[in-house]
Parts: sequence; C-alpha cells; structure tokens
Amino acid sequence: MSLAEQGAEMARRSILQTLRQPAMVIPPIAFPLVLMAVNVGGLQSATRLPGFPTDNYLNFAIAFPFIQGALFASINAGSSLARDVETGFMRRLALTPMQRAALLMGNLAGVMTVALCSSVIYLVVGFAAGLRFEAGVGGVLVLLALGLLIALAFASLGALIGLRTGSGEAVQGVFPVFFVLVFLSSNALPRELIEQDWFRAIATVNPVSYLFEGLRSLVIFGWDGEALALGFGVALAIALPAVLGASAALNTRLVRT
Amino acid sequence: MTATNGIEVAGVVREFKNGPRAVDGIDLEVAPGEIYGFLGPNGAGKSTTVLMLTTLLPPTAGSARVAGHDIVRDGAAVRALIGAALQEAALDPLLTGRDHMRLQTTLQGLPKGRRRARGDELLERLGLADAADRKVGGYSGGMKRRLDVALALVHYPRVLFLDEPTTGLDPSSRSDLWNEVARLARDEGVTVFLTTQYLEEADVLADRVGIIDHGRIVAEGTPERLKAEIGRPSVEAIPAERSERDAIAAVLARFGAPVAASPGAAAVRLENGEDLVAVVRALDAERVRVADLQLHQPSLDDVFLAKTGRKLEADEEAAASEPAEAAA
Amino acid sequence: MRRFADVARGVAWRSIHRFVTKPQFLLPSLIFPLFFFVAFAGGLSNVSNVPGFDFPSGYTAFQFVFVLLQASAFGGVFTGFSIAADFESGFARRMMLAAPNRLGILAGYAIAALTRAGIVGGLLFAVALATGMRVHGDGVDLFGLVVLALLVNVTATMWAAGVAMRLRTIQAGPAMQMPVFVILFLAPVYVPLDLLSGWIEAVARVNPYTALVEGGRELISGGAVRVWLVYGVAVALLAGFAVWGVRGLRRAESAG
Repeated sequence: MSLAEQGAEMARRSILQTLRQPAMVIPPIAFPLVLMAVNVGGLQSATRLPGFPTDNYLNFAIAFPFIQGALFASINAGSSLARDVETGFMRRLALTPMQRAALLMGNLAGVMTVALCSSVIYLVVGFAAGLRFEAGVGGVLVLLALGLLIALAFASLGALIGLRTGSGEAVQGVFPVFFVLVFLSSNALPRELIEQDWFRAIATVNPVSYLFEGLRSLVIFGWDGEALALGFGVALAIALPAVLGASAALNTRLVRT
Repeated sequence: MTATNGIEVAGVVREFKNGPRAVDGIDLEVAPGEIYGFLGPNGAGKSTTVLMLTTLLPPTAGSARVAGHDIVRDGAAVRALIGAALQEAALDPLLTGRDHMRLQTTLQGLPKGRRRARGDELLERLGLADAADRKVGGYSGGMKRRLDVALALVHYPRVLFLDEPTTGLDPSSRSDLWNEVARLARDEGVTVFLTTQYLEEADVLADRVGIIDHGRIVAEGTPERLKAEIGRPSVEAIPAERSERDAIAAVLARFGAPVAASPGAAAVRLENGEDLVAVVRALDAERVRVADLQLHQPSLDDVFLAKTGRKLEADEEAAASEPAEAAA
Repeated sequence: MRRFADVARGVAWRSIHRFVTKPQFLLPSLIFPLFFFVAFAGGLSNVSNVPGFDFPSGYTAFQFVFVLLQASAFGGVFTGFSIAADFESGFARRMMLAAPNRLGILAGYAIAALTRAGIVGGLLFAVALATGMRVHGDGVDLFGLVVLALLVNVTATMWAAGVAMRLRTIQAGPAMQMPVFVILFLAPVYVPLDLLSGWIEAVARVNPYTALVEGGRELISGGAVRVWLVYGVAVALLAGFAVWGVRGLRRAESAG
C-alpha cells in the first residue's frame, strides 16, 4: 500500500477528529474573526497616523486571523498526536505496515485542510466587509499559499511538542508562548510606526512580524518582493526544522524492529 | 520448531537504563494453535515480554522467532503475521467502531473490495454491529476490549497476542471474550499468547501456562500438571467457637501437615489418600463443633506460592499502588 | 449576622490562604493583565498621536485603566473557576452542609476575590509607575479608581459564581469567560469613545462597561468624572449580578 494512500487515510482520520469536536472548529474560525472585527473597529482611527500605509484598517488587520488560525492548527496537531501517544494508539499504528511519514503527513494534512477552509472563510468575510486586495486574484492565491505554509510551520511545531512530550497538557501550555509572540510583533501597527524603541526592537527580531508583513503586503502594496521573500523565508525557516524535529520525535515514539 | 505460527524464545533479556532487568532470560516455546497463558503479578515482566515478541521493543539479549520470523531481523514480516491487543485498549475516542475498522483494514493493506466486508464481519462476530456507528468514546470497557481484539484480527493473523485482555471487565464480558479466544484457537488454529493476572483465566483458557516472576519463568506446564506437582488437596475447618480452634487443629494434624489457613481457622494438606469423609468422622468423634469445612484443590496460586514463597493474589493487592510494567 | 460573618470569613480564609502560601496561584491573574499592558501600552503608544486623541496623562495611563479593570474582571472569573472546581470535587457540597448561612459562602468567595484583586491591582500599579506612567488624578481620584476596580471585581465574581453554581462543572469555564471578554473588548480599548466609528462605536455607546472604562480614565487623568453615571452603572451592574449570583446559589442548594 502506497505512502499516499496511507497518508490519505490518516488525513481523513485527522479531519474527522477535528470535525467531531466543535470546540476545534468553531473557535479557530470565529475567535480570530471577532478579534479582527474588534481591532478594526477600535483602531480604524490609527489609519490617520502619518505614514499609515492604508486608509482602511481592515486591509491591515486581515493578516491577523491567518496567524491566529495557525496557532489553533498548532494546538490541534499537537493535541491529536499527544493523545495517540497517551492512549497507546501509536502502538496500534506501529503494528501495521504504515510508514511513519504517513502518520505525520496525514496528521498535518488534516490540520491544514481545516486551515485552508478557515482561510477561505476569513477572506470571504474580509471581502464582504470591504477588503481591498492590491495584488489581485493571483495575490489571493499567493496569500493562501503563504497562509498554508504558516499553518504548516505552526502545526509542525505543535506536532513536535505533542510527540516529544506525549502530553496534551504540554501542548496546551505552549499556546500562551505563541500568543505572546503574536502580540509582541507588528500585528497592530506597522513596525516603523511603533513609537517605543524597545517594543520596536522586539518586533524586529520577532519572526512573527515578518509573517504578518508578508501576508499584509499582498493586500496593501500588491507585489512587494522583499516582504514576500521574508514572509515565505521565515515560514520555511520555522517549518523545515519543525517538520524534521517532528519526524525525529515520531521515530522515537513509533519504535519497532 | 519452525512452524509458521509458533513462538520460540531463547534467553531473551530486556534491561532498562539504570533499572533492573524487566525480563531476565526467558526460554519458552508455544506450539502452533496452542493457547499459552503467561501468568504473573504486576511488574513480573509479562507486558515487556509481549512488547518484545510483537517487535515493539528490541530485546537487550537473546533471540525469538514468532510465526517463523526473527523478531529483530524480520520485524515487518512478524508484524504481518501477528495481531495484538495490548494493555491499553488503544482506541481513538473520536472515531466510530466502523471508522476504526476502515482505518485498520486500509493500513493492513487489505484489498479495497474486501475492507468493508471484513470490518463488518468482525464487528458482527464480536457483538459490536449495533454500536459500529457510535463514537468509541461512548463504548463501555467491555465493548472497547472487544473492538481492540476485532482490530487485531483484521488481517487474519496466525499468532495473536493478548495482554491482560479482561482486566477491568465484568464477568459476562470476560466470559464472552474467553469464548471467542477459545474459538479462534480451536476453529481457526490461531496461536494465542495470553498474559493475565487472573488465575481463573489461565486455568480455563490456557492449554499451557508459564508463570513469570521478577523477569524469570518459575514454572511451566499444563495447569493440571502444575497443580498436581504441588500435590494433594487441603482441608480447612472454621470452628464454631474460637476456643475450639486448637482442638480442631489437633484432629486435622492426624491427616496431614499444617498449611496456611484463614484467620481463626485450621488447615492441613491431606496425605496418604485420606479424604474429607474421614476428616468429618474424626471431628465428629472428638465432638468438636465446626462452623464450616472446605476442601481446597490446589490452585495456580498454590503453584506460585510453592515456587516463589508468596501468593500471587496477595501480591496483586500489595502491588496495587505500584507503577505498571515498563513500556518502551 | 454573626453566622454569616463566620461562614464568610472561613470560606475567604481558605482561598486567601491558598494564594498567599502558594503565590503561583496568583500568577495567571497577574501575567495576563501585565502582558496586555506591555503589548498595548508598549506597542500602540503611537495611537495617542492620532488627531483628536486628547488624553493628558499619556497612552500608558490610558491603557493602564483598561488593563486594571480587565484584571479585576478576570479575577472574578478565575474565582468562578475555583467555585466550579469546588462543586466538581464535592467540596462545595461539604461547605453547604456545614454552613448555617449559605449566603456567607458566596460572600466568602467574593472577599477572597477582592483580596486577590487588591494584590494584583497593587502590583500592576507598581509596574505601571515603574514604566513612567503619569498620574494627574489626586488621592481622591485614585481612591475612586480603586473602588471602581473593586466594584468590577465583585460584579464579575457574582456573574461567574452564578454560572458556576448553576452548571457546577469546570467545563463551564468558557461560559464564564467569553461573555466577559466580549463585553471588555466591545468598549473603547485602544482609543477614546469619540474616536471610534462604525458598528463598534454604536455598540460601545450602549455597552455599560464603556462608562466604567471612560470614568476610570477620567479619574487617573484628573478629569471631570460623571460620578453619578460611573458609579451608578457600577452599582447597578453589581446589584443585578448579585441577584444572579444569589439565585445561582439557591439553584445549587436545590440540586443537592
């Protein structure tokens, strides 16, 4: 049986798990949208600051749900794998001819399918609320690709933690850390408009800032090569070691001769 | 023996880092189609042995062949021929019974056209057809165990490993599972390696029993032969009045050597062909009043006691708060 | 009356003892508001340069008030978590059997919540001053801000207690937390009410919490406080949720 078929079966399982837990579906979609709506309403006046790149805060804030959705993907991926370790389901899988890669691929594919659906919803809501997309249709596709890569990066981190610790609580415990990283970034104002030097310095070294900026650039500026390169680069720089780390952790968990 | 569905174990050892040897050099053979009961208290090394034989834990030393393949060099080949229901039921609470079957039949590589039918057949056989479309999180303990066994049978394994399959089940569920295991061995020739803490389970199900303690096999044989090794039955008398205990003990002493008894009672192992009728007559002649008189046939617990100096059932109570056997 | 006080004191002592002897229990109540303070006051300070943003004490003080009231509100919610946990473990039933006056139990939880809010608020104030926050209100104004924060805390405690006593399970956590979160954020969080526009302005204008946040900001900046409005809304909210809390207690009693 091929890796693709095994991976598809594991992805199906991952999607079923998510769909059967309303708490895993509704908050990741609704919560980021609610927060975005609050931020857009509350910070619209910030667009009057000299140098603010757009006159509609929605164009600036639309990146936020993608990042926050990626955090939820991280928790879902990590919790699911941790549960497999805790319940012994990992051993059941180890006794089949299933290739290790299929488990990780399937788990991540399932989580990313949910992330893709969420991303489409975010965009639909955004456009309905008046989002103006400078990069056009092509830009939307690139935005979705970057959003998925970001989801993959965070989901792999979650998977790594879930497999290393085998504990759902440990996975949940990391959420506040990610949350802090999101807020100590250029999520609410462009970096050049952050007044406090120390905060701007943190936002500059915080990789999450470049994820926001990469996503936003497609909406506000169109095709900004530097922002896109940094956005994709940072996402890859997180995703690659995270996937490799998760694979290594899986090798340790899925012991068999 | 190199039969395609037997088990041969030679000097297998499993050591953990900075810990004692969980398995300390065991040798055993299980004939094809046999039900082998592996009996021992918590922490004896049962589960560790099962993990090694199912290729989920490499042995530190020694070798073993399962279904004709080496467990270290031919792990994949072993896995293709075995089924295992391990200590945890290992189910996904968010999937239904049917979802589990679909996943398992797919991963085991059953032809696409056969998967649904095989899944339905096993669900029906293990009494889970009505619950097949319910999420496993809502199953009872007995249902989970039956699903666990059903999943282990999906790919027609020649050797089946069951690690404490009836722990925590009610008597009715336990009995149902015993019937299914016996049927598998009898009608399909499946070799069954069953670990258990329950004497009754080993007694009822197993063709042969191996008793393990502190990582070593201390006794092996059919239940009848092991019990016969211990010898004759014992008789235990509970006095009607506590003050008569010594008088009863003196009468019983004529029929054999004293053995451990319940508090306030007296017991001897009968020797020289004596039987219960003779004991009753003797007690009656001495006019000692007895509240209860019981004849105990030797049990596997007596076998364990004879081999290790401790009772298996007392050990289980004492070990109730100890950590479970080591895993990977 | 004496029995009420005894029960309240006993229940309060239990909770207070826990977070005084194990300060890590205070951490969640402290870390989140501190974090929001850093993120908002630090990251959004330039917002005070938006034309029309007229707040004499600066953006740090502007955000401090929001964060202080947020900490007070969530302190009440965390107390609700404790109540729910007590019901789930059976401890609450033990208390209800023992207490001659069960209203004292509710009061005891509220006193513990107030104590925690006082400690957390004090620490937040110290941190804010250390970061250079400017305070233009006088002693009376600051006292008024403290009273306002404590009123918010008790109100949130009564809300969360009412939910906890009705549902009697820790799974009720989100049900306690989300409405408070929504009410807090549908208020002038980042800019004054005058600078809001669109749907959020409409919602914030009818959100009673807006009066409290704006009132607190007037207090810290020494501005003209509409005392009757601010404290009238605060007391009215407290009264309403106190009824909710007491009715929750009666529901728990009748459930056994």
